[in-house]
Amino acid sequence: MSSASTDTLNKWASQEYKYGFVTDIEADAAPKGLNEDIVRFISAKKEEPQWLLDWRLKAYRHWLTMEEPTWANLKYPKIDYQEIIYYSAPKQQKDRPKSLDEVDPRLLETYEKLGIPLNERAALAGVAVDVVFDSVSVGTTFKAKLGELGIVFCSFAEAVHNHPELVQKYLGSVVPITDNFFATLNSAVFSDGSFVYIPKGVKCPMDLSTYFRINAENTGQFERTLIIAEEGASVSYLEGCTAPIRDENQLHAAVVELVALDDASIKYSTIQNWYPGDENGKGGIYNFVTKRGKCLGKRSHISWTQVETGSAITWKYPSCILLGDDSVGEFYSVALASRRQQADTGTKMIHIGKNTKSYIISKGISAQHGQNTYRGGVKINKGADNARNFTQCDSMLIGSECGAHTFPYIEVKNSTAHMEHEATTSKIGEDQLFYCNQRGIPTEEAVGLIVNGFCKEVFRELPMEFAVEAQKLLEVSLEGSVG
Amino acid sequence: MLEIKNLHATIDDHEILKGIDMIVKPGEVHSIMGPNGSGKSTLASVLAGNEQYEVTEGEVLFNGQDLLAMPPEVRAWAGVFLAFQYPIEIPGVSTTYFLKAAINAMRKSKGQPEIDANEFLNLAREKMKLVDLDDKLMTRAINEGFSGGEKKRNEVFQMAMLEPKLGILDETDSGLDIDALKIVANGVNKLRGKDRSFIVVTHYQRLLNYIVPDFVHVLMDGRIVRSGGKELAHELERTAMRAS
Repeated sequence: MSSASTDTLNKWASQEYKYGFVTDIEADAAPKGLNEDIVRFISAKKEEPQWLLDWRLKAYRHWLTMEEPTWANLKYPKIDYQEIIYYSAPKQQKDRPKSLDEVDPRLLETYEKLGIPLNERAALAGVAVDVVFDSVSVGTTFKAKLGELGIVFCSFAEAVHNHPELVQKYLGSVVPITDNFFATLNSAVFSDGSFVYIPKGVKCPMDLSTYFRINAENTGQFERTLIIAEEGASVSYLEGCTAPIRDENQLHAAVVELVALDDASIKYSTIQNWYPGDENGKGGIYNFVTKRGKCLGKRSHISWTQVETGSAITWKYPSCILLGDDSVGEFYSVALASRRQQADTGTKMIHIGKNTKSYIISKGISAQHGQNTYRGGVKINKGADNARNFTQCDSMLIGSECGAHTFPYIEVKNSTAHMEHEATTSKIGEDQLFYCNQRGIPTEEAVGLIVNGFCKEVFRELPMEFAVEAQKLLEVSLEGSVG
Repeated sequence: MLEIKNLHATIDDHEILKGIDMIVKPGEVHSIMGPNGSGKSTLASVLAGNEQYEVTEGEVLFNGQDLLAMPPEVRAWAGVFLAFQYPIEIPGVSTTYFLKAAINAMRKSKGQPEIDANEFLNLAREKMKLVDLDDKLMTRAINEGFSGGEKKRNEVFQMAMLEPKLGILDETDSGLDIDALKIVANGVNKLRGKDRSFIVVTHYQRLLNYIVPDFVHVLMDGRIVRSGGKELAHELERTAMRAS
């Protein structure tokens, strides 16, 4: 890279993370460490029924027999699971506010800084926001409007109380409690999250949105999300997040389960912008997430779209189990790794039903010292006649000290399968930058333009406003981390 | 408008330009001719600010300002436009999006507000006609999968949109059949005016039948060896034919 553009890039590298601030709200937290008592404490705090406590304990006991996976292309210091606080909640959880007037003004200020449209702006934007602050939901909007259609959109804890039969039927049905180290940990200690139920034949009229924000120091964040779309139902769900600056690494191990019945469709979009750590990789979030959707019904459709720009460590493979005949699974991903960020992300598509289709479009961007790994698994089972998969996996390198790695695993047990795989690696070219410069576009803007062009196939899968946000976020993230 | 004094430039320590002197006045069209490797494209690139080349000696004044001290985008804001010999592809970025970014960057540099969407569209439609460009190209990623002719016409179209003071055409005629050449030349001619100058870099005299220059310079081994009026181009053509 020429000296002028290197200068510009270095200038951004010195910019601070824009969303780094800490809200001073006294947390109601569990003592450090993990044992059966902590699991019981969490369950008691949430006034859970016995079956759920038993479920958590079963998970915890199984977790004790498991080992942290080491196969990912990630390097990080060993996590001391006894040094983590497993539960913290804002004080006011008992008397949850009925309207914004009752919400702690400091909390509202935080949302303001993040630009979260919790009030009327949300209605204008057609978005219902279920805000998770630390581990407990403090505000749910539009519930009444959605209620008229029989749609349930609430915190996970509320769902446990109000819709226990649905939770009991589907919790762990996609990601079983024995699934993997981090998911099992989550099953034992999850605090809250979102629950969505779309009844038969109902098309959810608005995008459902949750903003996550990690807040209290030293607190692991263990979200649990469950979305069920009944026969012929459809829903688009958005998840986005930012986090304050920290010195300690923060562990996040969420689980998301999606269930789509006959002809149902679920679109799940994520913008992940947790603190990536400073130039030396200090203080970033560790993000170990298990996201999986089950296309249980015929002609069901599950689509994952993710824009991953934050976290020090990302370990995340949103996947689809294509059980129903003619079901479709999609995965669209943009993952950015700069500074000292490491991302090992991708998807798994498990074809079980006949005529099942999957599409994978992955765009990895590496800058500075970032390491970006795509890990994808496509499995065609014996009975999955006429299954089709298309995978496109593109990497872009900015600078010479970053890395891009691709590990595609393909397992085909049915000869009628049709598989396509394309992969490219490119560098932002000096010639591209010069071309933009010559037309009057300064280098920093040109990098944004070129990177956004590279990610276009993914961005166009996002709901309109989210796409605009994602584009801006990518530019901001590049400003802070490209060098 | 443009004053080049004793310009020397190198790439990877090879000296390509070995002392160029040239004066371009407002409204003039200067043609640079010469064999391959003589430094024609290097001159175009150096004027536009391509940092692959290092200027080792000399001075270039653009409307009295030190052009060489400006980064490439500032040169563009000042009114220097280069039509690339090999236009660059930017996957996923449409011509519309790219040009809007360019126009808005120019406007921002002058403290003007961003261009209105309708105004942009009307302007683009009008300028596309100059080079007979299909508006379907506007929504496609810039230069990606464009034919050679489409790329060159797109360059002239961009020039029309950005309205520079100095247009530098770097072998815009190469790879064009005669019909495409006429379209491109016609587009350029329509942009000619008393305040807009052109430097037309070409290997062949053919283009100069359609874009008639005021001056022709012959570049050999990094130096201008002859300068003259438009008749010089014809003379060169005849000499070249005799030599071959």
